[in-house]
Amino acid sequence: MSAPGARPRKNLARYLGLTPFAVYVLLFLAIPTTLAVVTGFFTEDGDFTFSNVVGIFDPVILGTFFSSFWLSAVSAVIGAVVGALLCFAMIGTRAEGALRTVVDSASSVLAQFGGVMLAFAFIATIGNQGLITVALRDIFGLDIFANGQWLYQVPGLLLPYIYFQVPLMVITFMPAMEGLKIQWAEANATLGGSRWTYWTRIAFPVLAPSFFGSLLLLFANAFSSYATAAALISQGAQIVPLQIRGALVSETVLGRENMAGALALGMIVVMVVVMWGYSALQKRTARWQR
Amino acid sequence: MSGPVNDGPARIGAAPSNIVRWVILGVVGLIFAIPIISMIEFTFRAGLAGGYTLDHWTGLFDEDAARTYRNLFTAIGNSLLLAVVTVGIVLVILLPTMILVHLQFPRLRRVLEFICIIPITVPAVVLVVGLAPVYSVVVRLLGGSVWTLAFAYGITVLPYAYRAIQSNLDSVDVVTLSEASRSLGASWFSVSWRVLLPNLRRGILAAAFISVAVVLGEFTIASLLNRVNLQTALLQVSQSDPYVAVIFSLLALALAFALLLLIGRLGSTDRNRSTSS
Repeated sequence: MSAPGARPRKNLARYLGLTPFAVYVLLFLAIPTTLAVVTGFFTEDGDFTFSNVVGIFDPVILGTFFSSFWLSAVSAVIGAVVGALLCFAMIGTRAEGALRTVVDSASSVLAQFGGVMLAFAFIATIGNQGLITVALRDIFGLDIFANGQWLYQVPGLLLPYIYFQVPLMVITFMPAMEGLKIQWAEANATLGGSRWTYWTRIAFPVLAPSFFGSLLLLFANAFSSYATAAALISQGAQIVPLQIRGALVSETVLGRENMAGALALGMIVVMVVVMWGYSALQKRTARWQR
Repeated sequence: MSGPVNDGPARIGAAPSNIVRWVILGVVGLIFAIPIISMIEFTFRAGLAGGYTLDHWTGLFDEDAARTYRNLFTAIGNSLLLAVVTVGIVLVILLPTMILVHLQFPRLRRVLEFICIIPITVPAVVLVVGLAPVYSVVVRLLGGSVWTLAFAYGITVLPYAYRAIQSNLDSVDVVTLSEASRSLGASWFSVSWRVLLPNLRRGILAAAFISVAVVLGEFTIASLLNRVNLQTALLQVSQSDPYVAVIFSLLALALAFALLLLIGRLGSTDRNRSTSS
């Protein structure tokens, strides 16, 4: 490689190779993100205003933020615990073996691909005529909707969300489980430790940052997820992404489109905080994976 | 399926016993299979009255199926086109940039990684708020054809494609390879074409497959920008013919599973090769 600064003209030309990517990212990532955040500060006519941002603190909208929080937190905790359990079950299996390949692929499909189709799956399972609904009703005389139909409400989102959170946990947490070194277990055994001391004194402290990091990633994933909720809940806006849909689609209500900007800003603030925590924890994890 | 092989007794206290392992995998696997089984069962239902029929599956091959499901087939065409253009964007814009940064601007690696991970922090539903005005310009310049949506999808797949290519770049000593071929008199073109691309084949394939899977599953941006793709059409069809919607969902899930299984196989053959050499 040429020495830096030796041929400035040529160095400048070298940077030209980076321009397509830079222009692309500017046009379709930087500008849209900036626009999404900035429109919240303007009225329809282009005047600067705080009213949209203040609008976030409207009790109704705060309520949707609260619902989103609740849904994301509960599905993240359950997803993280069940996912970690699955990772534990796969310790000691060959990474390139059939079991792991199938679990990995299935996890990727469910975590990144589901969306609308997961809504169909759960309507077929616990919808009014769903397989499980009907089975419970006919065999046990149990009506899961005795207290009203909840599948098309926020509580109904919980099961589909867990269904894509667990696979995401498997994908993100398995590398950390793999990072547990055999020598640590050997050292523990040599020093007279039991299975219990191995997990409480060695494995859990090593895995903790990664576990909580993955938990945050799961939270972010649920918080930003739109497709499943949009497919299940066609009317109303019980969580923030659906509120954005409402603001974008209802062009008849004046000034609502800029409300979408304010909501987007609110979501980004939450996402940045959560992802910052994730990367901080991820750095701690990396220490053990060398 | 061949059973997992323990690393031997060395994993004292770490690995679960075989019984515990299979109980956990069995129970969770069974619970996760229920919604898929429910979907399959649903496609054979004769209607609210009960009973089973093959009509919903055979109906797909009817003479007038092409007409009845025209919108759905158009949407599948759209999604496939979007997948192709998105993979094109990954190959033409992201891949050369990643190689260039890896070889020439090692100090920019962190910056590139940061940029490529941003789409995880900026959810699609947020991005679409800003994409709406951008697309009103795009439509004016390039027309309203479906394929333009791929510009947005190129951003959506960025984290996945980046990770796939980067892990390949890290495992191959690209710098040494390219310096060796340069000193043997190869032009930059033949270095890229005959040395780098063959070595990065696996990462490129994995990036392409994961991009295809993500694009085929994408709903948020298409739906909020009022475009028609596989997922928006499925949701629309589900209101008139839920059976067909579920059948196509099953097929799409199976296709994505097959694509990702292939990525897994690609990865494992490489691992085998590197341990044997």
